[in-house]
Amino acid sequence: MIELLDLTLANAPTEAPRDAWGNALCDLGDRHTNLVVLDGDLANSTKADTFAKCHPDRFYEMGIAEQNLIGVAAGMASCGFVPWVSTFAAFLAKRALDQIRVVVAQPGLNVKLCGGYTGILTGKTGKTHQSVEDIAVFRAMPGVVTIAPADGNELRAAMTAMMADERPTYLRLTRDPSPVVFPSDYAFTIGESVLLRNGSDIGLISTGVQTIRTLEAADLLAAEGIQAAVLHVPTLKPLDIEGILAIAERTNAIITAEDHSIIGGLGSAVAEVLAEHRPTRMRRVGWQDTFGESGPNDALLKKYGLTAGHVCDAARAMLN
Amino acid sequence: MTTTLSMPAPGPQGLDIATLERLSAQARRHVLESVFTAGAGHIGGPLSATDILVHLYFNELNIDPANPRWEDRDRFILSKGHSSIGLYSVMAMRGYFPVSQLATFDAVDSLLQGHPCMKTLPGIDMSTGSLGQGLSPGLGMALAARKLDKTFHTWVMLGDGEIQEGQIWEACFVAGRYDVDNLTAILDYNGLPQFGWPDPNGYTREEKYDRPAEKFRAFGWHTVECDGHDHASIAAAIAAAKSTKGRPTCIIAHTIKGKGVSFMEGDFNWHAKSPTTDELAAAIDELTGDDDVEKAA
Repeated sequence: MIELLDLTLANAPTEAPRDAWGNALCDLGDRHTNLVVLDGDLANSTKADTFAKCHPDRFYEMGIAEQNLIGVAAGMASCGFVPWVSTFAAFLAKRALDQIRVVVAQPGLNVKLCGGYTGILTGKTGKTHQSVEDIAVFRAMPGVVTIAPADGNELRAAMTAMMADERPTYLRLTRDPSPVVFPSDYAFTIGESVLLRNGSDIGLISTGVQTIRTLEAADLLAAEGIQAAVLHVPTLKPLDIEGILAIAERTNAIITAEDHSIIGGLGSAVAEVLAEHRPTRMRRVGWQDTFGESGPNDALLKKYGLTAGHVCDAARAMLN
Repeated sequence: MTTTLSMPAPGPQGLDIATLERLSAQARRHVLESVFTAGAGHIGGPLSATDILVHLYFNELNIDPANPRWEDRDRFILSKGHSSIGLYSVMAMRGYFPVSQLATFDAVDSLLQGHPCMKTLPGIDMSTGSLGQGLSPGLGMALAARKLDKTFHTWVMLGDGEIQEGQIWEACFVAGRYDVDNLTAILDYNGLPQFGWPDPNGYTREEKYDRPAEKFRAFGWHTVECDGHDHASIAAAIAAAKSTKGRPTCIIAHTIKGKGVSFMEGDFNWHAKSPTTDELAAAIDELTGDDDVEKAA
C-alpha cells in the first residue's frame, strides 16, 4: 500500500483523461519503437488521433470492426510489437470479448486494451455507450491486469508501468475533464492500492475517477467530525488484498464507491476479500444493477447515486 | 528411396508428388489412430485439410522445427482449429515433436490440446478454436512483417463453415485496405458444416448462395481455385498466390470431407466421432496398407 496523504482537491487543475492518454501515448511511442496503436474509427473521440499525428507510421486504423481489431493486435503482439488497442469500452469489453479471451488472454499476449468512455459520463451518448460491466468482465478473465486510474497524472504513471509489464492489460478510461490531484512524479505500481486519507471512523474504498468524488466525500465527512480513511484501488486485478484488509482492520466499516455496476466490480471484489478474510460491515455505492441513459453529467451522477453526497449518505447510514 | 521424414531440417523440402502423397496418407492414418486412441475427436475436417497441410509444412513453409520461435519463419494459422489433429499429425511428421506424442491428443497435461494453443505447443503461431478468429491475427502478422521489413509469408487456413462468422469479413475488408500481399487465406471448401440448415425437405448442408470466391473478390482479394487433394494443383495455387502483388489472395481449395477413406468421404456423420477397431483397420488398409512411410525413412 502506497501512502499519499497530502493530496488536495482545493485548486486542483482539471484535465480530461482521454487527453492525458493521447499525449502520454505519444511520449511512450517516442521511447518504445515497438509500440503501435490500433483504432476502431474513434480516434478523434478517444484521442488516439494524438498518437496518429506523432507517429503516423505506427498508427493502424482498423475501422468499425472491433473483433478484427483485437485479432490484428494479437497477431502483431505475437511478432514482438506492443499494440495499444483503442475503442469505447462498451464495444471493446463486450463486442470483442471472445476475441480478447481466445487470442489475447489465453495465449497471454502483450496487448494493452484501452477502453474509453467508461462509466456514466460519456458525453450524452446514453446506455449503449456507457460501460458499467467492464471491470466485472475483466476481473473474471484469467490473466488480464485491470487498471482504473483516478486522474491524468495517475493515468500517465500507470501507462509507463503498463509498458514495462508484459501481461495483457485492460485500461479503464474516462472522457470528461476531472480534477488532477496525483503528483506529476507519482510512480505507479501495478497491484498496489493508495492510501489517500487516514481515519478510523469509516473506510472509503474506491477506484477510477470515482476516487475524486470519494475524496470530496471524505472532506465533507471530516467537516462533520467523521474521520474517513480513503483507499484508492487503481488495480482491480491483481487486487491488493492486504491493503483492503488493513483499512477494514482500522475502521471496521467499509463503503465502496465506483462508477460501475456494484455487481462484479470493486464492491464485489472488496466483499469477496472481506467475507473470506475478515467479515466487516460494508455498503456498495455504484450502479445498482441498472442501465443508464443520456443526460448532463451532474444530473446523471445525481440520478444514479455516484456523487460525493451519495458516498457521505452511505457512510452516515452505516455509522448510525 | 529414402524419405526425408521426421527430419527437422529447416526450409521447404522440395519433395516430389509421390512422396507428398505417401506423407498425406500417413498423416491421415495418424489422424484416425489419434482420434481412436483419444476415444473422441474430429475426423472429417482434418482429412479434408490433410493434403494442404502436408504440402505447406513439407514443401512451402520456410520454417525450422528445431527453432519454432524463429522470428523470420513463415507463419501458419489453423483458423478452423477443430481440425487440430490434422495439424498435429503433420507437425509431428515434420519433426516438431515425436510422432509417438500424438497418442496424448486431448489428454490432460498434453501439449496437444483439443484446439491449438500457442502457449502450450511450440510451433503453433496463434491460438484458435473459436471459429472465425484466425484471419485477423494473420493480418496482424502480415502488417508486422511489413513494418519489420521481413519477408516471411503468413498463411491462414479457413473452414468453409466458419466463414459464416462476421469477423472473417471484417478481416477481409481491412486486409483489402492495407493491400497486404504477404497474407494468403486457404479455404478448405469441403461443403459440409456440422448441422446445416432447416429446409422444406428436412435439412440441407448445401449453402444457398455458395460463391466464396466472389465474396472474397468483392473485398478486393485475388482468388484462385484448386483441387485441395492434388499436390500439383495445390502447388500451382500457392505459386499464383505468392506472385500476386498489392493484394491478398484466397485459395479456394475444393476438398472432400473425410477424404481418403471411402466410407467417410462426404458423410457428415464423420465430422467428429471415433472409429471402431474394425473401422480403423479398414481405413488404414485403404490409406497406407503396409506402406509405413515412417518406418521406411
